[in-house]
Amino acid sequence: MPAPYLLPRSTLSRRDLLRGTAALGGAAALSALPRPLRAQGDLTVGFLYVGPRDDFGYNQAHALGAAAVKEIPGVIVVEEENVPETNDVQQSMESMINLDGAALLFPTSFGYFDPHILTTAPKYPDVRFQHCGGLWTEGHPANAGSYFGYIGMGQYLNGVAAGHVTKSKKIGFVAAKPIPQVLLNINSFLLGARAVDPSITCQVIFTGEWSLAVKEAEATHALVDAGCDVITCHVDGPKVVVEVASGRGAYVGGYHADQSSLAPELYLTGAEWNWAKVYTDMVTATLNGEPIPNFVRGGLAEGFVKMSPLGPAVPDAGRAQFEAIKAEIEKGGFSVIKGPLKDNQGNVVATEGQAFLETDPVLEGMSYLVDGVLGATS
Amino acid sequence: MENDLGLWAVPLAVIGGAIRVSTPILFVSLGETLTERSGRINLGLEGTLVLGAMTGYATAVMTGSPWAGVLVAALAGAMFGLVHGLICSMSRVNDIAIGIAMMLLGSGLAFYFGKPFIQPAAPDLPAIPLGGWSSLPQVQAALTVNVLFVIGIAAALALAWALRSTRPGLILRVVGDSTDAARAMGLNPALIRTAATALGGAFAGVGGAYLSLYYPGSWNEGISSGQGLMAVALVIFARWSPVNCLWAALLFGGAGALGPALQSVGVTQGYYLFYAAPYVLTLGVLIATSSPSRALSGAPGELSITK
Repeated sequence: MPAPYLLPRSTLSRRDLLRGTAALGGAAALSALPRPLRAQGDLTVGFLYVGPRDDFGYNQAHALGAAAVKEIPGVIVVEEENVPETNDVQQSMESMINLDGAALLFPTSFGYFDPHILTTAPKYPDVRFQHCGGLWTEGHPANAGSYFGYIGMGQYLNGVAAGHVTKSKKIGFVAAKPIPQVLLNINSFLLGARAVDPSITCQVIFTGEWSLAVKEAEATHALVDAGCDVITCHVDGPKVVVEVASGRGAYVGGYHADQSSLAPELYLTGAEWNWAKVYTDMVTATLNGEPIPNFVRGGLAEGFVKMSPLGPAVPDAGRAQFEAIKAEIEKGGFSVIKGPLKDNQGNVVATEGQAFLETDPVLEGMSYLVDGVLGATS
Repeated sequence: MENDLGLWAVPLAVIGGAIRVSTPILFVSLGETLTERSGRINLGLEGTLVLGAMTGYATAVMTGSPWAGVLVAALAGAMFGLVHGLICSMSRVNDIAIGIAMMLLGSGLAFYFGKPFIQPAAPDLPAIPLGGWSSLPQVQAALTVNVLFVIGIAAALALAWALRSTRPGLILRVVGDSTDAARAMGLNPALIRTAATALGGAFAGVGGAYLSLYYPGSWNEGISSGQGLMAVALVIFARWSPVNCLWAALLFGGAGALGPALQSVGVTQGYYLFYAAPYVLTLGVLIATSSPSRALSGAPGELSITK
């Protein structure tokens, strides 16, 4: 939507218009002040979300992290949701910096990084830009950084739980787009189930978009019709998939956030982000004047990812194996992709004895579905 | 597996998809048909659909009654249609531009007031299980028919009859085909068009309530993903006939289920192409039925796109 260009955009953006007149007075006074605005000892932290904060999914996971940051004394949190991955995010970031005095920003969507953070960060060398999901490399601005978590291990554990409850030996995955992260999740889900029973197969349906409620519902119906009795997904808001799958009587593995309240009986467990810990650590470090590394990654062991509590449907044998594998992953050095392993086209992806650790950058370029996954990447 | 249907899963999914997905498209296109037959275009029905989804869901959450939600969604839709109709009754106002403004306003209002209702769960609209005769769970699921779907079919037939054989239907058609003729008959075209737009908005509101209260059955900001716009376009495809709207909506719903269903039976290559199927189908039919020598058949004479 075009905003009125009555004033230069850098001083008046859509955010300000929404604040109303009273706040505008305050904002004008603030923008007259030189930076840095923050009082001694206070830190203003800004969070930007690509969708609604309470979507039972990706954005809610981040918003829960922001809520934890609010609890830290001396920290003020400003948030904005539904920020598109366009120039809008640059304006939102600049207004958080100039008007709210934010010194630490968490733009949480993948598409915010290039070119938006890369353009804005050099203009504000005193502000720290922490981006979720991007690949910060040498040569990128020093006051920017990227962090992410190895959630594939969580989908592996979802698969272990699924392997213990499936009767049809066929499990289903509603996926958005065939990008490496999603493919790793699908492969991990199946390999987790095959750790229980090697005859299990996994049907995948791609919807082609991150958030398409009706198509996700249709895909879930199609999976259940095809005989899948455990469904998980990788879309931005898993609410529709969880509700439709449980409505058809299928078990559900959660993703992004805890969806157990949507299907208390059929929810097995879920791979959740634990941004509360990550953000609390980063904000505390900033308060103490410690540097945040430019490139941060972590998994279950580091507390970046956590599992929803096991649901009532998981049998005792499943609980035991789930806890054992989880403990093993938390020790570190666990590999989901290990040889001998072929993709579903028959090509070898890992030879006998070969194993890829979760930290292996090769996995961030995954382009195949492993043997046993019914589906294609294009 | 005893319940493996093989390739039969595809036609079954298409039928099930047609029943599940078509209802909001049907309601929006019926509402738009009414409005356009009176000589106006309301492009804002996408916004009305989203607003109906939000108000319906919010009402159902607060009252515990999904039917109260449908009623409020219809009222909200009618209010929105009324605003569109009243503004367009003023001279030198372009109905298409107002429609786009109403579309943005409707979505914006729905997002703003809908915030607190994303998390709570609302009761669903009841469905009639017509598949009880079959022992296959797939068939039972596909033939679970929502009451609103049945009402939509009845409304399409009733509208077709009313337009053809009743006095209000005749009045609507006269106003839509010639403002001068309507004035000569002593009718007030602006009043009738405003009423038709309000009624059309009510239809779209009910379509929205179906989205949030039955399928996919929850309120979120991406619930419509453009279905309202597509439904408005389908009215041209349906040649302004309510019964054709029903076929068009069923075709669209069924074609939309094709992509996921084909992937589920193992036809996995090129799913982006299958997802384009409904649109390709629409294009194909439009080209096949077009003619270089005459205007669109069935188009109301007073529509600003046909004038």
